[in-house]
Amino acid sequence: MPPSDLVLHEEEYQKIRDVISRLRTECNAKVVFLVDKNGQQIAANGELEAIDTTALASLAAGNVAATDSLARLIGEKEFSILFHEGERDNLHISVVGGRVILVVIFDERSSLGLVRLRVKKGSTELAAILEVMMKKSALPRKAAAGGSPFAEITDEDIDKLFSD
Amino acid sequence: MTFINYAAREINCKIVYYGPGLGGKTTNIKWVYEKTNPNSKGKLISLATETDRTLFFDFLPLDLGEIRGFRTRFHLYTVPGQVFYDASRKLILKGVDGVVFVADSQAARMEANLESLRNLELNLKEQGYDLRIMPYVLQLNKRDLPSALPLEEMKRQLLYKGEPVFEAIASKGNGVFETLKTIAKMVLIELRKGR
Repeated sequence: MPPSDLVLHEEEYQKIRDVISRLRTECNAKVVFLVDKNGQQIAANGELEAIDTTALASLAAGNVAATDSLARLIGEKEFSILFHEGERDNLHISVVGGRVILVVIFDERSSLGLVRLRVKKGSTELAAILEVMMKKSALPRKAAAGGSPFAEITDEDIDKLFSD
Repeated sequence: MTFINYAAREINCKIVYYGPGLGGKTTNIKWVYEKTNPNSKGKLISLATETDRTLFFDFLPLDLGEIRGFRTRFHLYTVPGQVFYDASRKLILKGVDGVVFVADSQAARMEANLESLRNLELNLKEQGYDLRIMPYVLQLNKRDLPSALPLEEMKRQLLYKGEPVFEAIASKGNGVFETLKTIAKMVLIELRKGR
């Protein structure tokens, strides 16, 4: 069976946003960012103006995927944390619940130790929310959403997207 | 694996361009990037070697507008075509919603086309996908080259399941948007079916 679609509803979205917003304050970080392992951005919080979040999501997922493969090559299950140190900003990347990627961008106002500590705590909360989200995603769409809006898509709707 | 965000009212789909090395996958995506309205596209990311061979992937996010109140986004990826980059290809196929196979029409590249197609089938299978039932389009690229095989011969060898076929000269843009529109439509039709 191929993996089921990922469906994010308002309730879980709000909870995720609350957690990453709090995590950013607790870490004193610039940005906290949640990405699906396939490169889809789920939620972001912080100083996002200067960052291309779509590109960041795709590259973070590519980075984690490549690192996972490297881990398996040398007989490790995974490398659960990636850390990239820059001159000003640093990237802390970790996998939550085996399915999504948590990215924290921070500078000298914070520290790796603080970020690691807070991320650990936040990850447990996020994993619980994500589990609910995955369960709902696996349900047939009609049951989960009270009627799927996509069943009503017409050929005309699709053609309109490509009208220019 | 489409990502549907009801809270932000967004649909995100992933399309992967597959095919043998130097077949024109990156050229397809570059053409789309150059000809798309700046408001509808994100940054084109190419993880390539110094000689412009794709090393890991190219990535282009496209925003197609709204459908039933949902912003519809397509993420286009290419894989590295060279045989020895198979580990990277597998990673990029994760979560794919639709595949475009970019075949090289030159007679000398037919064997490479066939090998890449077999490789696609196998790599999809490893992830739990079945090429026979997923949105799939065949693009026959480099139709302008003198050594290009006749259309019927290409189809006879490469047609997998009666999928839509487009003749293309990606370097001049011929067939590029036709291919993209068709695969995007097929993915949305699949979404309509639901599960």
